[in-house]
Amino acid sequence: MEIQFSEATQKRVEKIIARYPEGKQKSALLPVLHVAQEEFGGWLDVPHLDYVAKVLGILPVEVYEVASFYTMFNLNPVGKYVLEVCQTGPCMLNGSDKIIEHIKQKLNIKEGETSADGLFTLKPAECLGACGYAPMMQLGKTYREFLTIEKVDELLEELKNLA
Amino acid sequence: MGQKLLLKNIDVPGIRYYQAYRENGGYNNAAKALKMTTDEILEEVKTSGLRGRGGAGFPTGMKWSFLAKPEGIPRHLVVNADESEPGTFKDRFLMEFIPHLLIEGMLISSFCLGSNASYIYIRGEYAWVAEILEEAIDEARENGWLGKNIQGSGFDCEIYVQRGGGAYICGEETALLESLEGKRGNPRIKPPFPAVKGLWGRPTVVNNVETIAAVVPIIEIGGEAYSKIGVGRSTGTKLISACGNINKPGVYEIDMTITVEEFIYSDEYCGGIPNGKRLKACIPGGSSVPIVPANLLLKTIDGKPRYMNYESLSDGGFQSGTMMGSGGFIVLDEDQDVVYHTYTLARFYRHESCGQCSPCREGTGWMEKILKRIHEGQGKMSDIDLLWDIQRKIEGNTICPLGDAAAWPVAAAIRHFRDEFEWHVLNPEECLTRNYGLAHYADPIELKEEPAN
Repeated sequence: MEIQFSEATQKRVEKIIARYPEGKQKSALLPVLHVAQEEFGGWLDVPHLDYVAKVLGILPVEVYEVASFYTMFNLNPVGKYVLEVCQTGPCMLNGSDKIIEHIKQKLNIKEGETSADGLFTLKPAECLGACGYAPMMQLGKTYREFLTIEKVDELLEELKNLA
Repeated sequence: MGQKLLLKNIDVPGIRYYQAYRENGGYNNAAKALKMTTDEILEEVKTSGLRGRGGAGFPTGMKWSFLAKPEGIPRHLVVNADESEPGTFKDRFLMEFIPHLLIEGMLISSFCLGSNASYIYIRGEYAWVAEILEEAIDEARENGWLGKNIQGSGFDCEIYVQRGGGAYICGEETALLESLEGKRGNPRIKPPFPAVKGLWGRPTVVNNVETIAAVVPIIEIGGEAYSKIGVGRSTGTKLISACGNINKPGVYEIDMTITVEEFIYSDEYCGGIPNGKRLKACIPGGSSVPIVPANLLLKTIDGKPRYMNYESLSDGGFQSGTMMGSGGFIVLDEDQDVVYHTYTLARFYRHESCGQCSPCREGTGWMEKILKRIHEGQGKMSDIDLLWDIQRKIEGNTICPLGDAAAWPVAAAIRHFRDEFEWHVLNPEECLTRNYGLAHYADPIELKEEPAN
């Protein structure tokens, strides 16, 4: 299948590139990688990265080195829902370990793995800037805060039903 | 009740949107500033004594006055919204609930600095906050506060939001600029400073979200009046994001004249520690500032009460004091394990090191491994000295402050909690089932000598 942004996405990308002075379209790389990851199913394979390079008129290596530097770009397949549970200091003080352990047991996966049904990936994360609302996780574009074991169970159920 | 400048209207319904913001005096200060000269605005900011709210506390007016203004080269204002320091979530709160305050502050600042295209670099995970900002920017443009010839002033300005990709290092201003240029977030060697060669090689001012928001009340009440709030060189108000073991975690605006004790125990702020537990330790300014035990937190080494401001928190230097930092206030109760907590921070810094400088790249990983084994009851007595040695070799030996930021939490934990580390080594099995507890950390103590190099 040919890799290509939809027409609407192409327009979005052009708008992003227009934010920068002429000749500085490389500045659009991070925003365009976010768009690409959304468009191409949550993770970026080499052909996707090559496509982004072509769209921005830069070398593929300029895209590889950036995509591999930033944590938010998944360069390996992930489940439909990525559960990024914060485990840094303030979340740890509020019991993030128990949340991570619970998810591991419930889904029968280790950190970084995807559940057998392909729905969930557990990705323990470092500080996500929600320390006052701990423990918490990032789920796509949203945060789920003040987590408890019960809330995690409800969330997993809810997501299963959505899928 | 302290004076509120940034959050005074936070409870007004709908303040997130233009209409409510405007009805409550919003953009009046931008209108006022657009009628002033750029020198007059700069003078107000200098007089205010405002210090950068991102963590370093550098005087904002001075930073602005360093901006080079070569003929024919555009200048830029870049707002640092890459808030990633563990314990810090104040900028998110401002942007999420009162985004127009940042937009108005950016308009005034952009006008003063001569930036026609200003950027907000926001951490990638704050995706929904980026959307809120973009909505606010659209509202501002529709109402004539952005775009061409703003309010007939002849000044043009656009504001763009850029999401990062999840890298703490991009909060360092030169790494942020690299990232904004579409590169890896590797900090640049300074000089040249961004004020001379910043974004795309152009003169650039990079300021924290809260700093730029504070420009609005400075224009409103004047730099002189702003400088009278607070004490000494800690002028104005500061947002503190409080978290950890407290009853009321959240974001509070303080005027820097209250004591640390009042901040933790008063119902107006943190509301004390849950379940009647006692205070063991605190990191008052974000994870990179030194952790201090309860006794040194509430009182300085001379036995005077400690206040929530830049000078008082750093009283005693690193021997017995700490820092205001970014205002990320992390409280640990008596049941917390300082070794484990330090390990999670070390893991954080290892994860976030950009890998450019070897002391930081290698040192952060090494410290993490040693802390992990001490935490798991596998440590040796010599590991504690080894940790001390490693952190000394990272500090000051890296291009950017991430090395220092990784070294300080480990250094302070060993300096003040050495016996807790030793207890872990001496009780390898017991430490897996219980914590060291409060021990003597709330008792008055005497200043210890720093171990030799």
